[in-house]
Amino acid sequence: MRRNVLPGLPLSLGVTLFYVGLIVVLPLAALVFKAASLGPEDYWRIVSSSRALASYRVTVLSALGATVFNLFFGLALAWVLTRYRFPGWRIVDAMVDLPFALPTAVAGIALTALFTTNGWFGSILGELGIKVAYTPLGIMIAMCFTSLPFIVRTVQPVLEDLDPALEEAAQSLGGSDWAIFRKVILPLLTPALLAGVSLSFARALGEFGAIIFIAGNQPMSTEITALLIFIRLEEYDYQAAAAIASVLLLTAFFMLALTNWMQSRALRYTVRG
Amino acid sequence: MKIRLDHVVKTFETFRAVKDVSLEIESGELVALLGPSGSGKTTILRMVAGLEYADQGHIHFGDQDATDIPVRDRGVGFVFQHYALFPHMTVAENIAFGMKVSKVKREKAAIDARVADLLRLVRLEGLGDRFPAQISGGQRQRVALARALAVDPKVLLLDEPFGALDANVRRDLRRWLREIHSELGITTLFVTHDQEEALDLADRVVILKDGQIVQQGTPEEVCRDPKSSFVMKFLGDANVLAAEVRDGKAYASGAAIEVSGMADGKAELYARPADLDWSLQGPGIPASITRVLDRADGRRVLATAETGEHLEFDVEPERLVKAGDGGFVTLRRAKVFALA
Repeated sequence: MRRNVLPGLPLSLGVTLFYVGLIVVLPLAALVFKAASLGPEDYWRIVSSSRALASYRVTVLSALGATVFNLFFGLALAWVLTRYRFPGWRIVDAMVDLPFALPTAVAGIALTALFTTNGWFGSILGELGIKVAYTPLGIMIAMCFTSLPFIVRTVQPVLEDLDPALEEAAQSLGGSDWAIFRKVILPLLTPALLAGVSLSFARALGEFGAIIFIAGNQPMSTEITALLIFIRLEEYDYQAAAAIASVLLLTAFFMLALTNWMQSRALRYTVRG
Repeated sequence: MKIRLDHVVKTFETFRAVKDVSLEIESGELVALLGPSGSGKTTILRMVAGLEYADQGHIHFGDQDATDIPVRDRGVGFVFQHYALFPHMTVAENIAFGMKVSKVKREKAAIDARVADLLRLVRLEGLGDRFPAQISGGQRQRVALARALAVDPKVLLLDEPFGALDANVRRDLRRWLREIHSELGITTLFVTHDQEEALDLADRVVILKDGQIVQQGTPEEVCRDPKSSFVMKFLGDANVLAAEVRDGKAYASGAAIEVSGMADGKAELYARPADLDWSLQGPGIPASITRVLDRADGRRVLATAETGEHLEFDVEPERLVKAGDGGFVTLRRAKVFALA
């Protein structure tokens, strides 16, 4: 092996790999093992039951909706926080992390209180004929809340490091604001946006605490996959719980792989020839 | 395009970066703004570009008042110190950027042909498909210049264009920029803190200090006739000796030179290392050698005068001098400035 000037590689590598194995790989392996103890027929029957399919549908669609919303709103928030200094800037910047810090159940209760038919928002929206609590829309709002920091916090540092001379150069070459944003800034933010999107989507897929209060949890319509897994556990049906969980796991893996691939494509220009 | 700055003032927060600067640059001229950091030279360049707005005063391009024209409509080409190439675009895409975002729509074939022409002009044929991270610093600077020239600017502005490059690359690029300038004849203004670069490259040098112009002229004028001790010191190494002016003569540490028309009183005498010589007999400034530095083009001698003042001068490579030798320093020529 090539000699390295920095000391301690074997020890630190050993400790960290052991830890990753213990805390990440082992539980996942146990999950796969449990699910695999079902026969293929039973497995298929459980994961493709109409109740499970309905839960995938509402979970994935809500997560997609929340992620797309966060993509735009998170980018706008990161933009404002890096480009402008205004009174209360520090407070807004700190509040972005609140969904991370707050126990998700607290967020869920707060959102439910706001959006029930006699809550502050719910009563107004109810008059307009929009029902949020106990509908998929409520699920989406809870997901938006808990996964917003991911996009903001991945985009913000990249935006801060963006050399202002790039925009000045583009201006001096006659580019309009929109052309500069689309052709210079956005391509440079794309890798960070993709990273934020994949984290945000993965978090929304697995969110539980914030959603179950506002969702209403009607099987076939507002029951999310995480809750279905929980119900199977309550029924001591560990194999079924593991089987459904494995579907979530695969979806998350697929999403991570896809965004990693897109990221490496977006970063092709950094490869030295 | 002739550029005229008329009593321009710029203040940042409380710092007066540019104080009442008036300057004319003739059409087709190559002018250097030379000054130490904080002298306001870059701020002036950025105001000419439209990247900063002047607080007071006006900037004219030809007969047009350009003071309030935004940078994207001003028709200037700007080359940044650290190139500011778009890292996600290839060299060719960088050069084509200005033509692609222009309000004047161009055929793709016309853009490609122009990019090929510019790549040839900056001698980077065959590198059009590389990304900026894949080429050297000198090549990046040439791409930056090609990109700025692609939009047919009326004025070319360069901010410390060679500041981030090796000495050898700098020298080559300097000669090359001079060639491009005489080929295109475009009015060019560049900023530098390197006096050698300014003197080598420019038709005219504008020397700035604390946001004001202290002297301007051809390299010959400013070198041969510096008007102040600041300009004398800033343009090159200089020995400083305390002097006294009496009856049209300046006396310093045993040397005396003619100064006509100076009032009597305390003064400082400035002499370039090449203007001093070493001899074993007087008259001259009695001194002893403390160190000899051998360089590719001669020997630099460091000496201490009897008065304790440090002196530096050059002798021919064959000259036998060594630390500890005693002798006399003679003055071939010098400049005397009265102490304010």
